[in-house]
Amino acid sequence: MKQLIAFVNKEFHHIFRDSRTLLVILGIPIVQILLFGFAINMEVQDIRVAFYDPTPDAFTTGITERIRQNAYFNYLGKVNSMNEMEVVMRKGKLDLAIVFEQDFQENLVHSGNAAVQLLSNSSDPNRGSISVNYAMAIIADYQKDQMNISQIPFQIQTENRMVYNPLMKSSYMFVPGIMGLVMMIICTIMTSVSIVREKERGTMEVLLASPLKHGTMIFAKTIPYMVISFIDFIIILLLSYFVLDVPVNGSLFLLCLIAILYIFLSLSYGLTISTLVDKQVNAVIISAMTAMIPVLMLSGMIFPIDNMPNVLQYFSTIVPARWFIDAIRKVMIQGQGLTMVWKDVLILIGMTVFLLAVTAVNTKKRLE
Amino acid sequence: MIEVKDLHKSYGRHGKANALNGITFTVKKGEIFGVIGPDGAGKSSLFRILASLILPDSGTVTINGFEVIKDYQKIRQIIGYMPGRFSLYQDLSVEENLKFFATLFNTTIEENYYLIKDIYQQIEPFKNRRAGALSGGMKQKLALSCALIHKPEILILDEPTTGVDPVSRKEFWDMLDRLKEQGITILVSTAYMDEASRCDRIALILEGKFIGSNTPQGIIDDYSEILWSVIGGKMSTLLSVLRNHPKVKSSFAFGDKLHITVKEGLQTFDLKQYLLNKGFNNVCIDPIQPTIEDCFMALTS
Repeated sequence: MKQLIAFVNKEFHHIFRDSRTLLVILGIPIVQILLFGFAINMEVQDIRVAFYDPTPDAFTTGITERIRQNAYFNYLGKVNSMNEMEVVMRKGKLDLAIVFEQDFQENLVHSGNAAVQLLSNSSDPNRGSISVNYAMAIIADYQKDQMNISQIPFQIQTENRMVYNPLMKSSYMFVPGIMGLVMMIICTIMTSVSIVREKERGTMEVLLASPLKHGTMIFAKTIPYMVISFIDFIIILLLSYFVLDVPVNGSLFLLCLIAILYIFLSLSYGLTISTLVDKQVNAVIISAMTAMIPVLMLSGMIFPIDNMPNVLQYFSTIVPARWFIDAIRKVMIQGQGLTMVWKDVLILIGMTVFLLAVTAVNTKKRLE
Repeated sequence: MIEVKDLHKSYGRHGKANALNGITFTVKKGEIFGVIGPDGAGKSSLFRILASLILPDSGTVTINGFEVIKDYQKIRQIIGYMPGRFSLYQDLSVEENLKFFATLFNTTIEENYYLIKDIYQQIEPFKNRRAGALSGGMKQKLALSCALIHKPEILILDEPTTGVDPVSRKEFWDMLDRLKEQGITILVSTAYMDEASRCDRIALILEGKFIGSNTPQGIIDDYSEILWSVIGGKMSTLLSVLRNHPKVKSSFAFGDKLHITVKEGLQTFDLKQYLLNKGFNNVCIDPIQPTIEDCFMALTS
């Protein structure tokens, strides 16, 4: 126990005496949140929209007007044929085409069902999918209002995925992502580097030649970064809540629990890397390549997973941040409980166990 | 007491680089045993095996009855190991380093202070300075203090005086003498031949083999060559002229002198005359007692 305390103490000394490390671990979350919150505007605006309405009626006109009046949309006009629509879109002059089916009102009133097709220009998949989601939200809104007025049950067939983000704020999307990214960076890079540094500077030789148990050392190495990552998590949470107005709809306790689990996972991954390399530079490169980039690209933080090619969708399932971000979004934004995130939690636990097992197998009692 | 039997170790795939090639020796309790040889001779590999840090390919090592592979945890309790490279935390202060290593070995600075007192007192004025800011000699004193703080039975020091100034080197060896009086067995390696005389027994190591092992005096007594020193004239030309002489067996530069071994029958007078004919008119030739380095040279040729 004394050994553990002395070791943890030493680790904190390393961190606090290296101003660069300190800057990185406390600066990263603040910079990231503010950068994504203010400088990088992920919101989609000026969506150029056109309509194809073969049989105009009260409903189609109503929907058209709603979208036309929405600040995010830039109404280009109506087209007379699908061909014309395609020509304009191909020229890149159109982001979203809204196509009503023939006899929209007739169908809606008689069969209770009518379809609207949303064609998005997905050369920019992000912009495309967000445009579609905006339009869907507006149509759903319209439908709700109409139902209140007419009392007739009917359904305009659109899939509405923006129900939890009615204000359409992009910060709702990326705050969980930033958490996933920052904690991964701090835990994985810092832990792997701090162990590999001992190897590189030769202090590992002295530690190994001492009666210190390897498990004690590993445990002591992870504690400081666990504490710091959790502080980072709290910083992000506070900044998101007070500066970016992101709500915490679900249980704060569950949120912290998921965060701690994810921190464990990231630490385990850092440990795994540290057993594989002998140079700090390699530890940083491997951590960055395998932890940071997949979190940015494949976790759903920036690019929606549904828009990815199938291969990448499969690949994204092994990115821990994907499950973490999913769970955080559900709990924090949607206000769901454990019953909705148990799958994510189980996957994260499974990954942690796997990484710890790999670490245990690879850990050496000697120098080689 | 350390017993090493037929130790082999090679690195790389297919065992291309042989670090140790069948090493056998015994170190008795309370003696200073020096392993002396040039860089790359296998000293560090040998010491790391003894410190249970790497595994030998074959051969056995027992330290105070504990087998180095099987009982590595016991070994790590009783040894104090100081690697060749300065291996303390540069961003921790002198005192913090010592405290950390004391705790690591489940002891305190106070408990064994008497053991390190002589050494530590010299660096104590700088105890709040970061270890990275110490001079070479002070770093080694701190490293020795850290290796000693748990009162080890065996001290394994890998090139402790490399990169240390001559005065500090002498002080360092004086400390080892005092530790020996406490009954600590000391295994030390060095590339400085002049330090050999400070050991009770030495082994000369080259390319992973012991080429001679004895007391320093014993090694010198075994020397059978006729050894002269030669001074005068330009060293490099003198060296090549001497190497061309049919009766000169070997010649090496030794500081400002040349040490040469010659065949039976050659007189200093004859050689002086020979050199005079070659244009060296101010040459001084004397028969001398061999040093350990001469013995090493003789054993390697």
